[in-house]
Amino acid sequence: MTEALTTFAEPPTDTHPPLDSPDYRSTALRHPTRPLLRLAGGLTDPTELTGPVFGAGVVTAADADLTIGPDGEAVGQRIVVTGRLLDGAGRPIPHSLIEIWQANASGRYRHRNDQWPGTLDPNFTGGGRTLTDNDGTYRFTTIRPGAYPWANHHNAWRPAHIHFSVFGQAFTQRLVTQMYFPDDPLFFQDPILNAVPASARPRLVARYDHDVTEPAWALGFRWDIVVRGPAATPFEELGHG
Amino acid sequence: MGELALTPSQTVGPFLHLALAEPAWRHPVAAEDPSALTLHGAVFDGDGAAVADAVVETWQYGGPFARCATDDAGRWDVRVRRPVAVPTLDGTPQAPHVVVSVFARGLLDRVVTRAYLEGEPSNAGDPGLRAAGERAAVLLARADGEQSYRFDIHLQGPDESVFFAV
Repeated sequence: MTEALTTFAEPPTDTHPPLDSPDYRSTALRHPTRPLLRLAGGLTDPTELTGPVFGAGVVTAADADLTIGPDGEAVGQRIVVTGRLLDGAGRPIPHSLIEIWQANASGRYRHRNDQWPGTLDPNFTGGGRTLTDNDGTYRFTTIRPGAYPWANHHNAWRPAHIHFSVFGQAFTQRLVTQMYFPDDPLFFQDPILNAVPASARPRLVARYDHDVTEPAWALGFRWDIVVRGPAATPFEELGHG
Repeated sequence: MGELALTPSQTVGPFLHLALAEPAWRHPVAAEDPSALTLHGAVFDGDGAAVADAVVETWQYGGPFARCATDDAGRWDVRVRRPVAVPTLDGTPQAPHVVVSVFARGLLDRVVTRAYLEGEPSNAGDPGLRAAGERAAVLLARADGEQSYRFDIHLQGPDESVFFAV
């Protein structure tokens, strides 16, 4: 059986942060030291060009609303975060799983390894997921997260952020990243954000969008996510054997 | 069609369990399934210390997708299908393998390796193993029981895994 499988364009070199980024101290013992092995063109493994398909039953509508706790609503500024998942050619990616997680309004994660004295909210756990719709659109309702202190350097604080895990349609497109909020004063001292090449950094910052804001309900933020798109000259046939 | 700038990667961070430790995706294949294969191991850093806050994801041609967060000893395990051999795009035969992604605090982007099965005759001609050359041994999962293979991942150091650009 032959299939037309798309190979993907290489990300431009000034897209992703380097694995070896000394200002982010945890990278010191975890970044590979050898160059990545590159198998070009015809030696592409078709496994990478495919990916899991998650049916609609994998998520519920409630999974996309992080504000509802067991005994009531979470504390903090209610926000809507929405946008489109697109590929580098501008095509929307429908039915893709997106998973998010974040700290609460106080900047505290509901996780055993976060023990700083930010207040816990019994009605906020901080994990959610959704599938993009036919138009590639995702939408979450959540609480604006607070900033979170960590031990990377003196008086270190992570700017407020939401973690995003994105699948796309193929293994190659898989992306884990973080979304930041506009006008955050903490960017200057964050080595995780600043590991990203300067020209690419703004793509991680959401835009306040008054058209997404719902009157007397929630502030709106818009953030599109762009994963790798098709290579200029795709391979047409899978194998000959 | 326009060209859009790609969204950069960021680390998964230490609190990934809030969203990426879904137990349902750890053993997508039932143990009684004759094609079931357990792949398991531990993740280590450059000092040989266990990475207790990583998440390992596996994918293979035809599926299933599996995911497991490491425990306090850096250990993970998934139960998937025995991989089948799929040729590359230009028809070059490959040996059966599972593609493995690792995300962790301290990794600003995922790293991708492959778990081949020791003893498979087709390993000799596989382009991935051949490209790894002298380092190919770290790409081989070792049989250690009934339908079970051990595959350790070293992010850095003398036993550093081979990671692929995808």
